[in-house]
Amino acid sequence: MTDKIYRKPIPIPTPESDFFWAKVSQHELWIQRCVDCLKPFFYPRMVCPHCLSDKIEWFEVSGRGSLYSYMINHRPAPGFEEDSPYAIAIVQLEEGPRMMSNIVGIENTPENLILDMPLRVVFEDITPAITIPKWRPDETIKYG
Amino acid sequence: MESLRYKAAIVGASETTELGIIPDKTPFQLHVDASVNAIKDCGIDKQEIDGIATTMNPASLAHYLGITPKWIDNTQVGGTSFLIHVRHAAAAIASGLCETVLVSMAESGRSRVGDTSLSTFSEPTLEGMKDSSFPGQFESIYGVYGPTTQFGLGVLRYMKETGTSHEQLASVAVAQRKWSNKVPRAMYRDLITVDDVLESRIICYPFHLLECCLVTDGGGALIITKSDRATNYAKNPVYILGTGESVETPIVSQMYDMTSSTAFKISSKKAFEEADVSHSDIDHLMIYDAFAHLPIYGLEDLGFVSRGEAGAFIEQGNTSPGGDLPMNTNGGGLSYTHTGMYGMFAIQESVRQVRGEAAHQVPDVKLSFCQGVGGMFMAAGSLIFTNSSPH
Repeated sequence: MTDKIYRKPIPIPTPESDFFWAKVSQHELWIQRCVDCLKPFFYPRMVCPHCLSDKIEWFEVSGRGSLYSYMINHRPAPGFEEDSPYAIAIVQLEEGPRMMSNIVGIENTPENLILDMPLRVVFEDITPAITIPKWRPDETIKYG
Repeated sequence: MESLRYKAAIVGASETTELGIIPDKTPFQLHVDASVNAIKDCGIDKQEIDGIATTMNPASLAHYLGITPKWIDNTQVGGTSFLIHVRHAAAAIASGLCETVLVSMAESGRSRVGDTSLSTFSEPTLEGMKDSSFPGQFESIYGVYGPTTQFGLGVLRYMKETGTSHEQLASVAVAQRKWSNKVPRAMYRDLITVDDVLESRIICYPFHLLECCLVTDGGGALIITKSDRATNYAKNPVYILGTGESVETPIVSQMYDMTSSTAFKISSKKAFEEADVSHSDIDHLMIYDAFAHLPIYGLEDLGFVSRGEAGAFIEQGNTSPGGDLPMNTNGGGLSYTHTGMYGMFAIQESVRQVRGEAAHQVPDVKLSFCQGVGGMFMAAGSLIFTNSSPH
C-alpha cells in the first residue's frame, strides 16, 4: 500500500457481500454455493439462483482461472487516468462462475492478452479495510 | 392469454421537429414537441387519448398536454422501454383498459439541457460509482465508465468462438452508412469503408469510434389505438402483429452467456409466435445498434442466421441497400441518431418503412421486425408490424 490517495471507486459491502470482502481483505477468494443443489455462484446472494434454496455456504476457490473476454479502455474512468489504456476483463473461475477484474503483471495489449490464458488471483490492498481481487498471468502453465 | 395479434395499430408517429443537436430545448420540451407532432401526424383529437406510456413522469406529460388518462405505464428498462410500452399499450387496449395511447420519449443526450436526469447518457461520476449496488461493488471498481466499457465485453469471446473478424465487425458500420447516405436527417451520411472504420480512433478495444453510437438530442412519440378504429385517421394504420419482452441482468459481467442475449431470444421468439409469421416473411429489420456487435448478436439471437454467420452475412451485403434483409435503414444508432435510449427511433423507422414514407425506402415492405435492447443486454423488446389489414 502506498501513501497516495486512492481515487478509484471503492466497493461498499452489503449484508450479502460482507463475507466476500472480509475474506478478500485477508487475501482469500471465497464464493458461495448451494448446499442443496451444490452449484456454485457469484455475485453473493441470500438464496441460490438455481433452486432458490436458502441453504448457502461459502467456500474458498482455487484462485485459478482463465481469460474469458475483455476490452481495453482508452477513455479512462475517473481515477484510472494513469492506467490508461487498461483492460476490463472477464475471468472464468476454475469453479464455474465468472467475475469482472483487471489484469496485472503484464502490459494490457491485444497481443499480450490471449483468450483462455491461465490466470491466478492476486490481492491489491487499497485501504486498511478494503482489498480488491485482481488477476495476473499464471506463468506456471505454458499457454499460447 | 389471448394473442395481441391485430388488436391494436400505430396510427400516429413522429420524431421531434429537430434532431441531432438541439441546444435550446429541455427533454421535457422535446417530449411535448414529439407528442404534438404525433398527434398532428394522425389528426386525432387529443381528448381521444386515454392512456400514456413514457419513461418520464406520466403525470408531468399528461398535465402539460391537458390529457387525463385512465391508463399509464412508466416501465423504464433503458432504450428498449418504448418497444415494451407499445406491447403493454396493445395489451391494455385489447383488454379494454383504454382505447388510445400516447407513447413518448425524448432526451437531451448531447446538449444536456435542463433536467439531465431524464437522460441515460450520464457519464458516471466518482461519487456516483461509489455505491453498494452489485454493479458498484463488482464492476465499477475495475474502471468501467459507461456503456462503451461494458456493452462489448463479450465480443472478443464471441469472435474467438465463431471466427468472426474485426473486418466483419467494422462492416456493420459500413453497411449502415450505405442506408444513412440517403437519409437527410441522419447525423452521418458520408459513405465509409472497412479501412475507415478500422483506422478510426480506438475507444475501447476492439471498438473503434465508428463502431460506437452517436450522442445526440431528440425524441419521438406514437399514437396507438384499437385496430377496428385504426382506419379513421390521416395515415394508413401500422398494425401490431407480434410482441415480446424480457430481461436478463443489470450486471453485464454476469450474463448467462456473454456471446448471446438470452433476453433477445425470449422476446423475439414470443413476437414471432404471436405474429404467426416466419423469418423469411420479414421484409425489413431494425436491430438496436448502440455498438456494432448488436446487429450481429441480434441476427443470430432472433434466428435470422445461424450461430457465427452474422458477421459474414452483413459483410456480404445482405443487410445493405439491395440486400435480401434490409436492416437499420435509417443508418441506426451508428449513423442516424442516438440520444441514449434509441428504441423509439428504431420503431419510428419501422413505421416509416411499413407506411412507405421512409427517406431511404425499401420497396414493398409488408412486414417489419423491430428489436430493442435496454441497458447492457439488460432488457429486450420485440415488435412485428404490418400494413396488411386484418381479415
